[in-house]
Amino acid sequence: MSEQEDLLRAYTCAGGDAAVLGDSSTGHLAASGHSIVSMRGVPGLVVDARETADGIFAAVTVKKDVRLAKPVHLCFGVLHAEGTQRIEMRVNIEEGASATFIAHCIFPNAVKVRHAMDAEVSVGDRAEMRYSETHYHGPHGGVEVIPVARVNVGAGGRYITDFTLTTGRVGKLSLDYTVTGGRDSVTELNARVFGHGQDDVRIRDAVLLNGRNARGMIKTRVAIEDDARAEVTGITEGNADGARGHVDCMEIVKDRAVARAIPIVQVNNPGAKVTHEAAIGSVDKRQMETLMAHGLSPQEAVDVIVKGILR
Amino acid sequence: MSLLSIRDLVFRPAGASCAAILDHLDLAIEQGEVHALLGANGTGKSTLAYVIMGCEGYRPSEGELLYDGAALAGLKIHERARKGITMAWQEPVRFEGVTVADYLSLGTERGAADSALELVGMNPALYRDRMVDRSLSGGERKRIELASLLALKPRLAIMDEPDSGIDMLSTRDIINVISAFKERGSAVLLITHREEIALIADRASQLCNGRIICSGTPEGVAGHYKKRHCGLCDGTECHYV
Repeated sequence: MSEQEDLLRAYTCAGGDAAVLGDSSTGHLAASGHSIVSMRGVPGLVVDARETADGIFAAVTVKKDVRLAKPVHLCFGVLHAEGTQRIEMRVNIEEGASATFIAHCIFPNAVKVRHAMDAEVSVGDRAEMRYSETHYHGPHGGVEVIPVARVNVGAGGRYITDFTLTTGRVGKLSLDYTVTGGRDSVTELNARVFGHGQDDVRIRDAVLLNGRNARGMIKTRVAIEDDARAEVTGITEGNADGARGHVDCMEIVKDRAVARAIPIVQVNNPGAKVTHEAAIGSVDKRQMETLMAHGLSPQEAVDVIVKGILR
Repeated sequence: MSLLSIRDLVFRPAGASCAAILDHLDLAIEQGEVHALLGANGTGKSTLAYVIMGCEGYRPSEGELLYDGAALAGLKIHERARKGITMAWQEPVRFEGVTVADYLSLGTERGAADSALELVGMNPALYRDRMVDRSLSGGERKRIELASLLALKPRLAIMDEPDSGIDMLSTRDIINVISAFKERGSAVLLITHREEIALIADRASQLCNGRIICSGTPEGVAGHYKKRHCGLCDGTECHYV
């Protein structure tokens, strides 16, 4: 079986729709390890990727005022037990453009795999980028995932992300996103992670509300069990008049797992306002009792609560 | 045989030196009966509900609870629920990421959600995909809790002050829910401190200072409650009203 077939099969298993990669009206980029398996641009979307000495470089541009009707699909993975995938990504959503990206990152057999993504993203004035990244990891916990993104959102722009790692073992996750929001911009960073075994979850999201009336929201949901560790840092700065930011972190802890939340809210302009809320602990007793009054066993009740917050 | 028979029930919180919250309480709820429990704040109404449901920290200090003639002692909440006892809390909790349809299907078969929503005055098309989270108002959340009770088709439904809350349910809404329970043959323990709500019931009891001080017709008990008269405290006026 070819590398492409292997990747497509794993992609399907991870919830992706392999048919979209054959659809000529849908843009995509698929890479296995340091091999580019397939890519396609569509009118208004330029996908330019190449294999480099130590990884993959990809530049994705959505042209000015182009509003892509169909999502752009990204599929990255390492299918072998060991390997490295290093991706350098430049995304430019030009002024007035709009695009949705659906990314699947697949490491089903990882025993010793490192996946590093270094992204620079520019969302132009009045542009919108929605980015959904779902990870599919195997049961061994041998993945190290290091996504780093520096994002600039222009005036009136919108940047909305969803990061989901709830299937398989996390391994080591070190997510680091920093978003700078311009005037009237909107930023939403959402992350959901479920850690087990010895998993180590580190999430650092920062939203710098530099433009007048910029809005920012960081929402993190983490559940950990066994001996897993999690540390979630949510940073929001209100640096301009009318800026509004909120940090919302919830971590559910079971067994011997240890969780930490570090909300950092800073206001450098008296016309800005930033709020935060964090809840860490075991499953809420009242929620448990309510579900058990429906006839659910304690374990079934915990499953409903955890699945809910990770949904 | 009563569906639920509570005999000489005493409840003192573990480690507490205060007086018993439930003090040698006796109460029987018959099959298919709607029984209103009237009492002012702090008289032990919610505590009694938690004890019946088997909530953590609410184990009886003395006395017994018999359900269908069998002792409930030692059964956890879900085990009692599987025997047909369930409860709507006074202030229902929220659940992130759980849709109304999924919530109403917990512990029962799917498909009961829509009719249960209609019975509490909610349009299923507007609510079934909503989340049972903070996006719901207090009144909406209470209605959904009552709908979930209906969907469960319990043999004994405990409703803890369904009329309380910021966005109060109307008496008509509560009557509709109670009527639905009655049609199905479910018994209801209706906890309230509003006389007009108690009038819906088949029978009523008044709780004061952890004891049932009178039982009888809803009209009689509501009248007694309205006069704020307590025969146990000092023979004139109840201290706890």
